[in-house]
Amino acid sequence: MNENPTNTRPSVIQIKDLKKSFGENYVLRNFNVDLKEGENLVVLGKSGSGKSVLIKCIIGLMLPDSGSVQVFGDEVTDLSHDDLDSMRIKVGFLFQSNALYDSMTVRENLEFPLRRHWIKSEMTNVNDMVMEALTNVGLAETVDMTPAELSGGMRKRIALARTLILKPKIILYDEPTTGLDPITGKEISHLMLDIQKKYNTSSIIISHDMNCVKITANRIVVLIDGVCYATGTYDELSKSTDIRVKQFFD
Amino acid sequence: MKSSALNRLLVETGELYSFAVRFFREGFRPRYEIAELIRQCFYIGNKTLPLVGLTGFIMGLVITIQSHPSLEAFGAQSWLPSVVSVSLVREIVPVITALICAGKIGSGIGAELGSMKVTEQIDAMEVSGTNPFKYLVVTRVFAAMLMLPLLIIVCDTISLYGSFLGTNMKQVITFHLFVNQVFEKLSFGDVLPSIIKSFFFGFAIGIIGCFKGFNTTNGTEGVGRAANSAVVACTFVVFIIDLMAAQIADILHIT
Repeated sequence: MNENPTNTRPSVIQIKDLKKSFGENYVLRNFNVDLKEGENLVVLGKSGSGKSVLIKCIIGLMLPDSGSVQVFGDEVTDLSHDDLDSMRIKVGFLFQSNALYDSMTVRENLEFPLRRHWIKSEMTNVNDMVMEALTNVGLAETVDMTPAELSGGMRKRIALARTLILKPKIILYDEPTTGLDPITGKEISHLMLDIQKKYNTSSIIISHDMNCVKITANRIVVLIDGVCYATGTYDELSKSTDIRVKQFFD
Repeated sequence: MKSSALNRLLVETGELYSFAVRFFREGFRPRYEIAELIRQCFYIGNKTLPLVGLTGFIMGLVITIQSHPSLEAFGAQSWLPSVVSVSLVREIVPVITALICAGKIGSGIGAELGSMKVTEQIDAMEVSGTNPFKYLVVTRVFAAMLMLPLLIIVCDTISLYGSFLGTNMKQVITFHLFVNQVFEKLSFGDVLPSIIKSFFFGFAIGIIGCFKGFNTTNGTEGVGRAANSAVVACTFVVFIIDLMAAQIADILHIT
């Protein structure tokens, strides 16, 4: 289990009274949460409860109906397009489907975000950066393969390498172990933990895989009916007597 | 047509219009994705050329063979090269090439972008600080606009060669004489409208393919639907543009 030494650290993400609906379907209603520096925060909830919507609001892929989403003190909805791009360099996003570009090799997939944020001084050795990211996820040998040639677990690792290549301060994981067998899921969970420790990243992890939650979570937020229903460590929540919280741990 | 279907058609037309307006707004502002544009030009031109070339050759050959008896009945066989070349260059080659491209490029773009949409690749692009509209849509639409006229010019040439072979099946004519007879009747006013309308064909095929792909929903089933509806819409719009081009050319006396 992942200990939580982050209580006194500053918040890197602050969400206040977040509301988001799709027509008559209100998925987030006055949702509040803070992510502390260096913390792994797991958002636990049923399918369709609005977990993915939450992190898409954080990264600016969706606009909230109302409320405040601050990343490093900047209000996401107020950012210009250029500022939003700058913010996104600091925030990595691991998609549930991996979202690797099918038409590109692994190398090109990893080079793509690098070339987008062309910083000449840092671009002197693209190959080294690509190989470092791949080595971090243990898949340096796949550099010239295409995503179609990789297994599900390998694709997840490559997607994680692509997320890491810009050295983000925050990583948003959207169901990182979904679709993987328990062993590979466990490996990915430990990899996420290693990344947190190695790069001191802060993460929001969307998951309902309790093995992943147990390994990675410093703190857990239970999202029910669009609000932060309960919060605490894995130990605290697993002993909860509230039936709606308990059902996740049974 | 049921009112709900009509509503859907009108809403989709409005959305396509907004999509096209966004193309013009974003297409001429930096950052310019030149490398991707060249890649798309190569992809669209190179992949379509064999099909377009073969079709052009067969069209030239067949139309010449089929026109011969009619002209022979009036003792006007010698007009065969000029009559066939005018109909090929003005109408048949541009429209058939555009229809082939509607099938191959329109569906290809619709399916590719649709699959990227449902597998969150477009979102991933946005998250990595790339404007997916510029990178995916603007480049493909410009590539289609640039490649369609080139494909039509190549297809014109190949179809005229097919026509030369077709003419030689019925009568003996040298290549030099055939070319002379073609250019005796074929004027700049015949070629120019077909080149101009081919830009519009390219724009329509590119923008509709991208629009259908970019707005794909309902997973893999939606990808198939996007590709299919892109072909149908592109084909329909190609004929509309052709009709309008014929009217405008007539009004402006470009004949």
